[in-house]
Formats: sequence, C-alpha cells, structure tokens
Amino acid sequence: MPLTEQPVLSVKNLTVHYGDGCPLCAAHLEKNRCSACGTVWAANDICLDVFPGEILGIVGESGSGKSTLMQSIYFDVEPTEGQAYLSDYYKGEKNIWMASSAEKRTIKNNIMGMVYQNPILGLRMDYSAAANIAEKIIAAGSRNAGQMTERAKELLTAVEILTSRMSEAPKNFSGGMQQRVQISKALANNPSLLLLDEVTTGLDLSVQAKVLDLIRKIIAEFGISVLLVSHDLAVIRMLADRTIVMLDGKIIESGLTDQILEDPQHAYTQQLVHSLL
Amino acid sequence: MEILRIEDLTKNFYLHNAGKEIKSCHDIDFTLEEGQFIGIVGLSGAGKSTILKCINRTYLTTQGNIIYNSSAFGKLDLTKASEREMLYLRKYEIGYVSQFLNVMPRTTAKEHVMNALLEIGTPKEQAEKDAKDMLFYFRLAEDLWDLYPNTFSGGERLRLNLAHTMVTHPRLMLLDEPTASLDNKTKMLVKDMLIKLKDKKTSMIGIFHDLEFMDGICDKVFNISEGNMI
Ligand SMILES: Nc1ncnc2c1ncn2[C@@H]1O[C@H](COP(=O)(O)OP(=O)(O)OP(=O)(O)O)[C@@H](O)[C@H]1O
Ligand SMILES: Nc1ncnc2c1ncn2[C@@H]1O[C@H](COP(=O)(O)OP(=O)(O)O)[C@@H](O)[C@H]1O
Ligand SMILES: [Mg+2]
Ligand SMILES: [Mg+2]
Ligand SMILES: [Zn+2]
Repeated sequence: MPLTEQPVLSVKNLTVHYGDGCPLCAAHLEKNRCSACGTVWAANDICLDVFPGEILGIVGESGSGKSTLMQSIYFDVEPTEGQAYLSDYYKGEKNIWMASSAEKRTIKNNIMGMVYQNPILGLRMDYSAAANIAEKIIAAGSRNAGQMTERAKELLTAVEILTSRMSEAPKNFSGGMQQRVQISKALANNPSLLLLDEVTTGLDLSVQAKVLDLIRKIIAEFGISVLLVSHDLAVIRMLADRTIVMLDGKIIESGLTDQILEDPQHAYTQQLVHSLL
Repeated sequence: MEILRIEDLTKNFYLHNAGKEIKSCHDIDFTLEEGQFIGIVGLSGAGKSTILKCINRTYLTTQGNIIYNSSAFGKLDLTKASEREMLYLRKYEIGYVSQFLNVMPRTTAKEHVMNALLEIGTPKEQAEKDAKDMLFYFRLAEDLWDLYPNTFSGGERLRLNLAHTMVTHPRLMLLDEPTASLDNKTKMLVKDMLIKLKDKKTSMIGIFHDLEFMDGICDKVFNISEGNMI
C-alpha cells in the first residue's frame, strides 16, 4: 500500500487556557473567552496530523489561536491539555509535552525549525546574521567554527542573502531579509518539521514571491514537512496540500486546499473565501 | 473493466450568508469503462463542471457514490476516500484539466510541467526530457518555455495545463472544456493527443461545447439536461 507512513507530527486535543478556568467555561464562551471567569481559551481541543513531505495550511480569524498552536508545538507556550507526537522523538510513542527540558531543547534544535510572525521573537537583532545561524548550530552540539561559517554561508545563499552581508546585524535588514534569515536559521540543523507563522505578511509582492518560491524549493529539496499559517489565501492555495480553518480557538473545518477554497462548508470559511472574490 | 461508476450523484451548495441552497447537478448515473471516452454536454449552469469537481473532490458530494477502481487502492468511493488517498490519486492516477492555471510564482512553464513528474519521483533529467517533449507536442513556442506563465494567453495557458496534466499519464482524465480558447489547428493537436491516450487505454470524461470536436473520440455522450446517455 502506498500510504503507510506515520505522521511527522500528530497533535491530539490541544487546549491552551489563559486563566484558571471555571465550571461554567464550556457554557459561557463568548468567542474564545469565558464570560463568567474571563479565561481565554486560545486553543480549544485542536487535533491534527502532518504527514511526510506535506504542507498543512492553517487559516483563520485574527486571534483564532494559530500562533498559540504553533508556539505550543515549539514549546514557547505551555499547553493546558493535550498530547503531541513527533515521528523523530521515540518514534512518535512519547508525548513531547512531557519531555524533560533538556529533551525539549534537543527537539527544538534538531527536529523542528520555527519562523515567527514577528522576527524579533526569532532573531537576535544585534548579533550578525551568521551568528544567529551559528547559535542554532552550536545549540545542536557543533563546535567547529570553520564548518559553522561554511554552513551559514550555504544557508544564507539558499535564501538569497549575499554572503558579503552575513556579518551585519538583522536590525539593519528589511522585513523580507529578516524573514529570510529566520528561515535559514530554522533550517540550520536539517529539521524534519518547519513551522511557518505568517512568513510573508507585510512583505511587498515581489519579496513575497521570492520567499514563497524559496519555501517551495526547500521543501521539495529536503523533503521537510511544514505547518504554514497564513492570512493570505493565495499563499495557501499555492503551497498547502491540505488546509485547516480555525475560529475562536477551534478547528471548524479542514480538507483538501482547493475544496476549502471552492466549496467551503462553514459560514465563517464562506465569508473568508467569498470576501476575496 | 469498469473504472468509474457514478451512482445517484447530487450536489447542492448551501450559502450561509444568503440563507440559500443552490442545486447543481442531481441524480447523475453513469459508468465509464477502461479506455472509454464519455462526453458531457448540456446547458450552461446545468452542473457539468460540478460532476468533474465532485470526482476530483474539489467539491464535496451531497449525495450519491463515486466508485473508482484504483490501481493502488482497488475499488473505493471517492466521496468518502481520505484526504491523503485523494492527494495520492491526484498525483498518480487522476488528472484534471481546467481552464484556469494554478502555478507558483517564479516557476517557468517548463518547470511547471517538470514539477508534476518530480513530485512522483521521476529523476530530474528524465523529467526535463519528458516535459520538453510534452511542451513541444502541444506546440508551445520554445521561446516561452523558460518564461513565467502569468503572461501567457488563454490558449497558451491551456496548452501548458494539458502538458502538465498529461505528462504523468494519468489513467483517468477529467477535462473541463479543454479546447475552449484554442484555434482550430491546436484543437486538432489536442484531439490527436486524446485519441493517442485513448489508444493507450486512458479513460476520460470531457465537457465540450464543440460537437464536431467530440465526433470520433467520444464513445458515449451524456446529456446532463436530459439526464440520459446517447
Ligand atoms: N499571553 C497571553 N495572555 C492572554 N491571552 C493571550 C496570550 N497570548 C495569546 N492570547 C490570546 O489567545 C488568543 C489567540 O491568540 P493567537 O496569537 O494564537 O492568535 P492568532 O490566531 O495567531 O492571531 P493573528 O492572526 O492575529 O496572529 C487571542 O484571543 C489572544 O488575545
Ligand atoms: N462553488 C460553487 N458555489 C456555489 N454554487 C456553485 C459553485 N459551483 C457551481 N455552482 C452552481 O452550480 C450550478 C452548476 O454549475 P456548473 O457545474 O459550473 O455548470 P456547467 O459547468 O454545466 O456550466 C450553477 O447554478 C452554479 O452557479
Ligand atoms: Mg498569530
Ligand atoms: Mg462549466
Ligand atoms: Zn470560565
């Protein structure tokens, strides 16, 4: 049978609360906030699988929990409930959210790569571009300075940043260049899963095209699986094999990307798609 | 051998904002044998494209079954197949040609055709050779091969779409007005290609306005407005 691979990432029943919750929460949610106790249910019972070589798109209203989901997977946000499994961590048999902090660092450095919506979260703006990448490589255990420089050159070239600028700090770079440095940093240790949160938002169209093109080539070349959050349905259409739609912390619908865009079922998805035409 | 059987297919769209249900095709029944070509005709808006999109899972079927005899999975109902099964079938077994082009930015015409092959693991040199042969066959001017297709004319896009879909030799082809914006000469090329594919046992369903074009390739014609097979 052609489809036997296990998922690279499997998330089960992820819930993230901001606040302590109360017995009334379930019945008193207004959008994602409990009107009785004020707890925000940023992610509410999220389940998803990402398969090898696949790009899974995530769309949804602002505040619907997309970044919360990404940051939970990357250990930046602590889940209230739920499990996540990576095929590269104990063959997907152990919940990564129960790992020790040392194991979590290893997972972050060796198995996953993250590109944040806000480059300030992903880069040290005062270090050079090369040092940003080196930091990630060192975190994975390498000590050879010569090899690190070579690798930084290779990665920056792959994202079309001139090696002559590698010793400059990202704070001097444009938004598009910062995103590209983040991408090369995320790829530094050959991750099997790449998390991309709005990588092209705020970039002008020609730079967007460049970043998208790059993402697609990297994915094809390295066979990396990707979780891709984007507001831009054109980006989703071009890149994502399947797409998940989020609203108020929940997944309201999911399907093949062209089906979500051409035959959306949920009122929110219809509004999202039709406002585009 | 029966490759596809459509049973009682009905598709309605519910539009929440308007609070309205739009009825598209309903109670469609037909079977496609291996190597057969069925043409679909009918008035505009009758639901012809809807049938093809339901088979391709671009639309979710409201009612009925679409039984496909897959080489990889055996018989399965495409209305209930998993998303991953559908993605697999789209890469390896089912080709869909629409009039609209969906390409990546900064991807040349040749790369676009090659990508279909690279996705299924064809080695690069072979993919490049096959892509060129296919573009050559559809007489896409060689000057255009290394350009980004967003500047192409309707007919050029269509030929690129056809090349992209046919280069992997899908065993079931779904063609939604594949000749709509072509001149006569190119139409005849497409027709020759379809006849060749048919000789190789490719099964096809095509929507056409041009009755003359259908003559000589269609084994059966399904008139959707009347719901019968001619
Ligand atoms: N640290 C926090 N404390 C309290 N509430 C938070 C915190 N972080 C996020 N939230 C809330 O969680 C919800 C989800 O936020 P999140 O950043 O995941 O949204 P998003 O889907 O990424 O939105 P956008 O598209 O605007 O980036 C929002 O209601 C947000 O206000
Ligand atoms: N994505 C869609 N959402 C809502 N209605 C649709 C959609 N696609 C098709 N329809 C409706 O279904 C009917 C049949 O459309 P279609 O299959 O495109 O017709 P044909 O190809 O026969 O011209 C029309 O009334 C059309 O407006
Ligand atoms: Mg966000
Ligand atoms: Mg039509
Ligand atoms: Zn509460």
